[in-house]
Amino acid sequence: MSSIQTYTQATPEAGLKRALGMSRPDIIHEMNESGLKGRGGAGFPVGGKWNFAASAKSEKKYIICNADEGEPGTFKDRVVLQEHADLVFEGMTIAAKAVSAKEGIIFLRGEYTDLREHLEATLARRREQKLLGRDILGSGVDFDIRVFIGAGAYICGEETALIECLEGFRGEPRNRPPYPVNTGFNGHPSVVNNVETLASAACIMGKGADWWKTMGTAKSTGMKLFSISGDCAKPGVYEFDLGVTVADILKEVGGEGAKAVQVGGASGRCIPPSEFARSIAYEDIPTGGGSLIVFGQQRDMLDVLENFMDFFGDESCGQCTPCRVGNLKLLEGVKLLRAGKCSMSYLKELCALGETMQIASKCGLGQSSPNAFLSVVTHFRDEIMGRTFSQA
Amino acid sequence: MLMTAHERLAGEIRDLVQKLGRNRSSLVPILQEVQKQHHRIGTYAMQVIADELDIHPVEVQSVVSFYAFLDGKPQGKFVIRLCRTISCDMNGKKRVARQLENDLGITFGETTKDRHFTLEWTNCMGLCDQGPALLVNDRLYTKVTPEKVHEILEECRRTFGVHATERKEAHLA
Repeated sequence: MSSIQTYTQATPEAGLKRALGMSRPDIIHEMNESGLKGRGGAGFPVGGKWNFAASAKSEKKYIICNADEGEPGTFKDRVVLQEHADLVFEGMTIAAKAVSAKEGIIFLRGEYTDLREHLEATLARRREQKLLGRDILGSGVDFDIRVFIGAGAYICGEETALIECLEGFRGEPRNRPPYPVNTGFNGHPSVVNNVETLASAACIMGKGADWWKTMGTAKSTGMKLFSISGDCAKPGVYEFDLGVTVADILKEVGGEGAKAVQVGGASGRCIPPSEFARSIAYEDIPTGGGSLIVFGQQRDMLDVLENFMDFFGDESCGQCTPCRVGNLKLLEGVKLLRAGKCSMSYLKELCALGETMQIASKCGLGQSSPNAFLSVVTHFRDEIMGRTFSQA
Repeated sequence: MLMTAHERLAGEIRDLVQKLGRNRSSLVPILQEVQKQHHRIGTYAMQVIADELDIHPVEVQSVVSFYAFLDGKPQGKFVIRLCRTISCDMNGKKRVARQLENDLGITFGETTKDRHFTLEWTNCMGLCDQGPALLVNDRLYTKVTPEKVHEILEECRRTFGVHATERKEAHLA
C-alpha cells in the first residue's frame, strides 16, 4: 500500500554505526545542520531539543518515542511502525547516544495495541543483535527500550500529558516551562520525539545532513510523510519533499476537483480550491502531522465541522476554561448554523471566541482546535449562512 | 479453603503490583491488566490498588475516569469500538453503526444484558485510508460493511458455549 522510498532505501544500522563512532556534540551538530524539525506537528528543531537534553545535568535521562498518533486523518506512524520499526529504534538509540540516555520508552497509543507483538519481537531481535542492551556493538553505550501502552486519550500526544500518563496520572498537560528536556519523566531530562522524526533522524545520520538538504526547501528541509484519506482514488501514506503544492498531491492521489482539503488533521486548516497552488512547508501552510483529508464536491462543510468539534469537545482534558467551554460553544454554533438559526453577529462572536481560545488555551489542543472552524467560516461563508431546513 | 471473589481479586492485584513494580508509574499498566481480566475496574479493585501503591483511592478513580480504555462500569467480554472520525464517517460509518445496533439490540454506550458485548464510539484509530474501521478488544477490522457486521459478531460468539473456540488477543502487561 505505502511506498516510503527514503526509509526502504536506508542502509540498516548505517546511521547507528556512524553515530557510535562520533562525539555527542558532532551528532547534535549534524542534526542541526540537517534542519530536521519535529514531524509530529509542532515542528520544533530536533537538534535543538537533543542539545537541551544533552546539556541538562542528571544521572538519568530518557528517550521517549511519541507513538500516540491520535490526530484525525493521520496514520503514517502506524505504517512506519509496521514496516520500519527498526529505523525508529535506531533513531532512538542515536538520540540516546547524543544525550547519553540509558532508557527508552515507546509510548504506543491504546488503539495500536495490535502492533505491540511486532514491536516487542523487533526489540528482542535487536537485543540479540547487540543493537540494544549493554555495550551496543562494542561501543560502551548502554541503552534499552520498553513499550508502554496508552489508555485512550488524544491529549496524551501532547508531550507533557504523555509524561503525566507514563507517571500514572491523568493526561493533563503541564505548564511549560519547565520543558521535558529539563524536567521530564519522573523529573529527569527526557527527549520526546515523534515516530517519523526518529526514523528520519536515523536516515540523516546514515547519509549525512547534506543529502537531507537536497530535498525540500531552504527553510523546510527533507521529505515528509503524508497520510491521505477522504474523497480520492488512492488514499494511503505518501512521501513528498516539503514545499510540495496541495494541487500536486491531489493529482498524485487522484483527488482532483476537490471542494476543500483539510491540512494537518482536525486541528489543521481547511484549504479552498483557490489556495491549492500554495505549498506545504513550515513557511507556507504548516504541515501539522502531515495529514490531508480530501473533501469532494458533494460534502457539506458543516457536517465536517460538526464532526471535528464533537471530537474536540470529547477529547479536551477540561483543565482550562477556554478549551473546555470554548469547544462546546463552537459545537453549539455549528448546530445553530446547520439549523439555519445563526445570526451574523453571533457568528462574529463565535469567531472572536475562537481567536481567544487560540491565545488563551494552555496547550496545543485548545490553541489549534478553532482552526478548522475559523477557516471554514472564512472560506465557505456563502455555503453555511442562511440555511433552510431542507439543507440541514 | 473457600476463597471469596474479593480475596481472589486482591491476590491478583498484589501479584500484578509485584510484577509491574510498586510505584506510581505502574498505575496505568496495573489498571489495564485489571480491565482486561475483569472487564471493569470496580471500587474494590481501586481501593486495593490504592492501598498497594500507597495513594488515595480517589487518585485511582480520577485516572480510571480520565481514560477511554479504562472503565468503572462493567463492560462486555467484547468491547466493539467503531471509529466516528471524519474519514470513516465519509466512508459509510453511519450504516455500520445502525447495523451493529440492530444486531446487538443495544445503542452506543450500552452493554448487552448477557455482558458479552459493549458498543462504543472511538476517535480516529489511524486507519483512515481503509475505513470504516472498528476495533473488537484489540483486534482491527477495516472496510467494514453492514453485511460484514454479522460475521464479526459471529466470530466473537463462537468463543462462548459448549463448542467454544479460542480467539487470540494481544497481551498487555
